[in-house]
Amino acid sequence: MTSRVAIIDGGGANIASLRFALERLGATGELTADPEVIRSASHVILPGVGAARAAMDRLRAAGLDTVIPQLRQPVLGICLGLQLLFERSEEDDTGCLGIVAGTVRRFTEAADRPVPHMGWNQVAITRQSPLLAEVPDGSYFYFVHSYAAGPGPATIGRTDYGWPFSSVVESDNFLATQFHPERSGSLGARVLANFLTRY
Amino acid sequence: MQFRNHEVVGGIIELARRYRDEGADELVFYDITASPEGRSVDRSWITRVAAVLDIPFCVAGGIRTVADAEEVLRNGADKISINSPALANPRLITDLARRFGSQCVVVGIDSREEDGAWRVYRNTGDPAKTAFAGLATGDWVRQVQELGAGEIVLNCMNQDGVRQGYDIGQLQAMRSLSSVPLIASGGAGAREHFATVFASARVDGALAASVFHRGLIHIGELKDFLRTQGVEVRT
Repeated sequence: MTSRVAIIDGGGANIASLRFALERLGATGELTADPEVIRSASHVILPGVGAARAAMDRLRAAGLDTVIPQLRQPVLGICLGLQLLFERSEEDDTGCLGIVAGTVRRFTEAADRPVPHMGWNQVAITRQSPLLAEVPDGSYFYFVHSYAAGPGPATIGRTDYGWPFSSVVESDNFLATQFHPERSGSLGARVLANFLTRY
Repeated sequence: MQFRNHEVVGGIIELARRYRDEGADELVFYDITASPEGRSVDRSWITRVAAVLDIPFCVAGGIRTVADAEEVLRNGADKISINSPALANPRLITDLARRFGSQCVVVGIDSREEDGAWRVYRNTGDPAKTAFAGLATGDWVRQVQELGAGEIVLNCMNQDGVRQGYDIGQLQAMRSLSSVPLIASGGAGAREHFATVFASARVDGALAASVFHRGLIHIGELKDFLRTQGVEVRT
């Protein structure tokens, strides 16, 4: 693959496993917060671990809150990176990037439904997309999160955890998975490969 | 997976690959090179594992500080598991959860039934140092959740290594006290044991080592069997 992948450095995020996943696909990801490097990349990945407010603060400090929404190349948000694409997050009542309409809400704990939602869960494909090519409906992916966005027009994959949420979204050139493709076995690798080769 | 020196790390990576291919959902590495004396530890093996593995993995052993945990996670592990250091310093659980999020903070608990009560043991990695930690297991299970643990691995020592089945009674009792994922450990000897622990103790996961290492149970076949028993497993 000749992709030049920029991984947006939000600081603090553990992106080792993501870089290794890209390497297994023959791509390399450059970790960067430089707007010029990000703008000139063929593909951009917005990873994210941690809290929404801290992540948005770091993006704003680097001026990336205005750069990211204007990107024209394919962008893939992962986990918190998906949530940041929405308008707001209930987590510390944080204003996010506003690329996808909707609000990110916290899961409600129940006796048989601990929060964070951590582990393998199924994705129902609600709209066909190149991102999910060769991914069977109902496949399992690996999730680690306490917040999620409800289904909306951008939803292409849906997962249930107390309530249905958007596990995969696509809005123009912005794609995102709530699960961790880099930790989801061969089907996760398929999703990453689809992002790099079909967009 | 347990290992003691660098020479066997290559074997660990082969094993990790094999379990991943067989369909394991998660791997736990017990790093017993991480010395109890607190000398510096070479954790480069974690990076080598992360480079080949595309399923989540947890590192247990030798994590005593936020800095230790940071190194483990930065090298590519998805979760950290602490046991005796949490007993020595319960505040460590909170510090780790605040810094990294409770989702990657696993607390391992070694528990043994004595005089009709379940009791927590510490330093179980070293038989000479293993000792009662002064806590009832149920109390510790409650406390670690309040402190920020995101997952509990309950190792039932009476069953450990004997392959006679998981300690269903104890796991049921701790399940009722756990609102975070509870992983059963200790006692797996046959595929029926896995079916029973999921059905009877409603655990979120079942951990096993020797039956897989010795080739007594193949993970793929185990998952096929569990599916026939009505247990929801990842395909």
